[in-house]
Amino acid sequence: MIIDILSILLMASGLLFFLGAVVGIVRFPDFYTRMHAAGKGDTLSTMLITGAMALQVLHHFDWAHWTSLFVVVKIMAIGVLIMLTSPTSTHALMQAGFDDGIEPVTRPGKRGIRNLDASVTQDDEADASEGQDQPGIS
Amino acid sequence: MMETFFICAGIALLLMMAPVFYRIIVGPTAIDRIVAVNVIGTKTAVLLIIIGVIFDNVAMFVDFALAYALLNFIGSLAAARYFNKTRPVYSADAAGEEKVS
Repeated sequence: MIIDILSILLMASGLLFFLGAVVGIVRFPDFYTRMHAAGKGDTLSTMLITGAMALQVLHHFDWAHWTSLFVVVKIMAIGVLIMLTSPTSTHALMQAGFDDGIEPVTRPGKRGIRNLDASVTQDDEADASEGQDQPGIS
Repeated sequence: MMETFFICAGIALLLMMAPVFYRIIVGPTAIDRIVAVNVIGTKTAVLLIIIGVIFDNVAMFVDFALAYALLNFIGSLAAARYFNKTRPVYSADAAGEEKVS
């Protein structure tokens, strides 16, 4: 009974974190911010839900079918694997996007770090001259 | 009771995948779409485990989920490398010394 309640709590929190990841993916304005939401929320919700599933399999364990311990180990292995591979793929995709030259979102009137050498309008020139702006990446 | 809860959780997970499909369709860049496909693939691996628990056959479905998670990671890295190498870069300074692969 207590294991069931713990499993329900883990599953519900995993679904809640995945809901946050989905809202972030849909509504954030930028590629990098969307990737931020996707990487964190997806990884944590996957680990929580696999933890709930492992508890549920372990709850129905009996020694007549002792090989279901391997199933628990495999489910935990999926969680650990996602924990290792999801930040890696997030990093690789972010590096690919940055090398492709996707611009980060900036405040209106400010120039990003990508388009320092692009043609700017007069308002941008006047705005950027009064404040110090970022030197370009090198 | 627990089976009903897991069925509802699986349906909720499936319904929450639908806005990610929206991001796949309207994503402005290609890498947005790859990120959304990565999220969908991870959640599909989780959904396979939930299906295994519901059908009381976890020993079969967990192998599917493990293989799916591995293939998802490899596919995501391959897509990232492909779009890194083939698309033209935006400015010349980003194509410098770090892309030796």
